Amino acid sequence: MAKQFTNSGDKDTRSGFGAGLLELGRTNPRVIGLCADLTGSLKMNDFKEAYPDRFYQVGIAEANMMGIAAGLTIGGQIPFTGTFANFATGRVYDQVRQSIAYSGKNVKICASHAGLTLGEDGATHQILEDIGLMKMLPGMTVINPCDYNQTKAATLAIAEHEGPVYLRFGRPKVANFMPDNQPFEIGKALLLREGKDVTLAATGHLVWSALEAAETLAQEGIEAEVLNFHTIKPLDEEALLRSVAKTGALVSAEEHQIAGGLGESLAATLVRRQPTPQEFVGVNDSFGESGKPLELLKKYGLDADHLLQAARRAMSRKA
Amino acid sequence: MADQVHLQRLCSQVRRDIVRMVHGASSGHPGGSLGCTEFFVTLYFDLLRIDPTRFSVEDQGEDLFFLSNGHISPVFYSVLARRGYFPLRELPTFRKIDSRLQGHPTTHEGLPGVRVASGSLGQGLSVAIGAALAKKQNDDKHLVYSLHGDGELQEGQVWEAAMFAPNRGVDNLIATVDANGQQIDGATDDVMPLRDIEQKFTAFGWDTLLIEKGNDLAAVQQGLRAAQKRTGKGKPVMVVMHTEMGAGVDFMEGTHKWHGVAPNDEQLETALNQLEETLGDY
Repeated sequence: MAKQFTNSGDKDTRSGFGAGLLELGRTNPRVIGLCADLTGSLKMNDFKEAYPDRFYQVGIAEANMMGIAAGLTIGGQIPFTGTFANFATGRVYDQVRQSIAYSGKNVKICASHAGLTLGEDGATHQILEDIGLMKMLPGMTVINPCDYNQTKAATLAIAEHEGPVYLRFGRPKVANFMPDNQPFEIGKALLLREGKDVTLAATGHLVWSALEAAETLAQEGIEAEVLNFHTIKPLDEEALLRSVAKTGALVSAEEHQIAGGLGESLAATLVRRQPTPQEFVGVNDSFGESGKPLELLKKYGLDADHLLQAARRAMSRKA
Repeated sequence: MADQVHLQRLCSQVRRDIVRMVHGASSGHPGGSLGCTEFFVTLYFDLLRIDPTRFSVEDQGEDLFFLSNGHISPVFYSVLARRGYFPLRELPTFRKIDSRLQGHPTTHEGLPGVRVASGSLGQGLSVAIGAALAKKQNDDKHLVYSLHGDGELQEGQVWEAAMFAPNRGVDNLIATVDANGQQIDGATDDVMPLRDIEQKFTAFGWDTLLIEKGNDLAAVQQGLRAAQKRTGKGKPVMVVMHTEMGAGVDFMEGTHKWHGVAPNDEQLETALNQLEETLGDY
């Protein structure tokens, strides 16, 4: 029988980051916070107020922030940089590439307002390419947790991990359903619901949609398995292969371009190791636009309905 | 105070290393390297409080140096090797396959003496500021030094960093600009004039000083010592150092044409005839 997940009340993932960072302030004196004029949006105010000597406001200067973070690691500090996902990746890709990734620096690049669900600000801020950009960098770990509790757990976990990390989260209040104080193992996908007919592999905000879709499919007698790929790189290939060996069909789901996203990483694994019909729920080579988060998810094909349709297509393609 | 004669001899030997390395690789950047020889020799053999035998990428509580204009790697590598960071016999591997001496410096191949990759310009001042902040966090009184090209100041990130350091009291940092007035496409005044570099940094809140003769060993020593005395007073210190691109090799001097070109066999011989072999070639 399916494991049941219930929403304990909508919360934003960025607040999970803020809570995690505050806890790290208390438990790890090497942790430093840096922010480029978005302290409130990143929920870094509590850390800033509790540990003012370990917080640097850098102003609207993200390139400088990435370089300073790289330099701080040389003294043994563990810098957590905070800005929007667009400004943490695309805007400063060369700084991240040379000063952090190629230089092997222990910087935690923490990015809020990723994807369409930042909403009204529109496409200038709705980066949908960040997972792809960051996963291409050698040695970069890429994490996209699904809810408040998991984002807090991931924030704590990456402080213990040696090496550069991209931690991606978002703006809106969404279902909070993962257990409080859960262990977070980087690179291990979580099996949230068992099934034998189709695998729904999701990351970030779309994990909850995948659980909703699985519930609807169950009413039609279809048993969907749901995997939470909170880590896109390194990818948990074994969890994927175990699941599709049972189900024979896959749907990937993410708030990101199809190109460069989780689905692409999963497909690259399957094509090498276990060719399997796969359908992609993601943004299809397009920019976003202004609107409310749920309206945008529906318009761009990222809601539970689109997951259902994709699941049916994937199952129909089984040999 | 280090032995002046010895430092002069080192400068000549380092210049021989530079032209030989670039010739050996048939590529690299001799012009800026030759121009910064006195600076590097002064820094590594006179000023920096360092112990090459216990180098670690992570700061062990010593003075730190960051090369932001990474293309002048030949002078950096020569001085690091002659200071004992790695064997001289590695110098001829410069820019060749399987070498730790990459075209631009990197930590990636584990070369002792390098703490961050540089090459893509404009990033080193931010990194140096971060390392200086870490020293304050760790209550470490050693200093952080950095070097930047004047053409490099055209990169916007430099000015983000220039704004940050005075506003956050990063007064344990001595940044130096190699003002040789040349860049790949020509004179900086033709490509994109920098106007008054000292005034710019002063306006941003730096304590700025000038080394007029950056290829005069005594002037460089005096200037950098003066810069040291100005640390710890609330402001970051900027040294604007005038040098001659290609200094020491007459046909390379004062022109952008030798920014990134290797000498041929005949040119190498001409160059070496102008540079006394003092400490033994690698």
